[in-house]
Amino acid sequence: MKQIAKYIALITLLILIAPSILFLTDQMPLPAVKTTMLVATIGWFILATIWMWKEPET
Amino acid sequence: MTEDTTEQTHESGSEFERQPVPQSALLGFKSFIGMYAGEHCAGTELMIGPLFVACGVSAFDLIAGLLFGNALAVLSWMLFCAPIATRARLTLYYQLEKICGRYLVILYNLANGVMFCFLAGAMITVAATALGVWFKFKMPGLNDIYPNSLGWVVAVLSIGVLIAIVAAKGYKMVAKFANIAAPWMVLVFLAFGIVGLAQFISATGVEIHSLSDLWTLAKTNIWKGGEPLAGKVKFTFWHVCFFAWFCNMAMHIGMSDLSVFRFAKKSWYAVASGAGMYVGHFMAWISASILYAYQLHGDPTNTDVLPGPLAYRACGICGLICVIIAGWTTANPTIYRAGLAFQAIMPKVSRFKVTLVTGLIATIAAMFPWFAMKLLDFVMFYGMLLMPMGAVIFVDFWLIKKFGLQSNYAELSRKHFNWAAGLAWFITLAVCAWLVLTDRIQIYFVSLPGWFVTAAIYVILSKLYQKKLRPAV
Repeated sequence: MKQIAKYIALITLLILIAPSILFLTDQMPLPAVKTTMLVATIGWFILATIWMWKEPET
Repeated sequence: MTEDTTEQTHESGSEFERQPVPQSALLGFKSFIGMYAGEHCAGTELMIGPLFVACGVSAFDLIAGLLFGNALAVLSWMLFCAPIATRARLTLYYQLEKICGRYLVILYNLANGVMFCFLAGAMITVAATALGVWFKFKMPGLNDIYPNSLGWVVAVLSIGVLIAIVAAKGYKMVAKFANIAAPWMVLVFLAFGIVGLAQFISATGVEIHSLSDLWTLAKTNIWKGGEPLAGKVKFTFWHVCFFAWFCNMAMHIGMSDLSVFRFAKKSWYAVASGAGMYVGHFMAWISASILYAYQLHGDPTNTDVLPGPLAYRACGICGLICVIIAGWTTANPTIYRAGLAFQAIMPKVSRFKVTLVTGLIATIAAMFPWFAMKLLDFVMFYGMLLMPMGAVIFVDFWLIKKFGLQSNYAELSRKHFNWAAGLAWFITLAVCAWLVLTDRIQIYFVSLPGWFVTAAIYVILSKLYQKKLRPAV
């Protein structure tokens, strides 16, 4: 489960940065950039939490 | 521009507070890369980049100054801090106590705690500017000193009290969250820069076909140089260079990161600080400065340095979340650390109460935009204030025996206050303050001669002081 979350989380990071590059090359309008970045942000925090969150060992 | 690292390392290695870190507890190189890369992408980066533009910096001065100044900062960690850390393997506080005595360490804690308070205040200010976008209250301008609307006060109070309570309860949960947020935050900072650049290209209508075209755009539209905005000092290459070098002076030349690098297997691991410098103090500052330059390009009368609106214009709600998280995750450990510094002075008062009060003081400071708008000067003052103790440690560790004197004199003589170190600190501060207040040297540069002043005074006074009280060895 953690492995799957890790790989998808890394993909969300790509989705986070890609829109700004597409905006720079005039291939995506700014409103779409903002929406995509928000979706990627939500995805990252859910998946990265599953991947990286560690409860303290007891 | 802040450092979770010290605290994280403290947390993991608190059992080594008064003894050298053993071989079994040493950390590998990768640990330091992660620590530094994450910690230097803080909320305050969103203030510093725009303030460079407000200071009329030119493209060459900014890029070259940051490249060179950050390299000097990395070298300072490698050549000043880490070699002592990996030989002594002690915390800054224990190292200082051995040299200066317990009472002088208390004074150092007080100075450090107060500085952390105001730094945390600036971080809360940054986070509060994001709320202004949502709730549309009046926010402070570039030269405002006092809070200028009830909405601003309520926003700062809400965020500040929340941060203070979380910090008082112990910040481990926030530290975990900060670790998760770090890679995301770095990329959002990068996106700020890319989107800002694209907006500039679109607004100016220039065609970019080569790096040369990009450089022309940077010189003529983004960082145009010229006169600074009202109330700001003109920034040259040297200002940028010294700012990048000295903005973490308390940590490298000031030796605060002895507590971090005592866990390093080799002193060259300090090169890992470069990850923090070139991500946070190069890319993030440049990105934030592009956003502010674009704002000025659109409306030269809008000189407000407000990270919330800047980030929102570029990346929407994602940008606002970044501003809040960047401010929150860095203000939290800073308040926690300030609380620890104050608690060392008042050990009988609970850490919860001390941290809560510390957080409330930081919140009150955050209501006054003056601290955030004067962040460049404040950061330089912070470095200048704590730098002399780093010079004392450096001289005591490497040089003092060459003058026929004792190192770790307070420990050997069982003194609680080493007057040679204390006076070296106070006299240096007085000299530096005089040089700055009489306009002989700007605050951005004064710490360089200040270091040599401290070193010389410490040796001279130790000659006099230790002569009278030389312990039997």
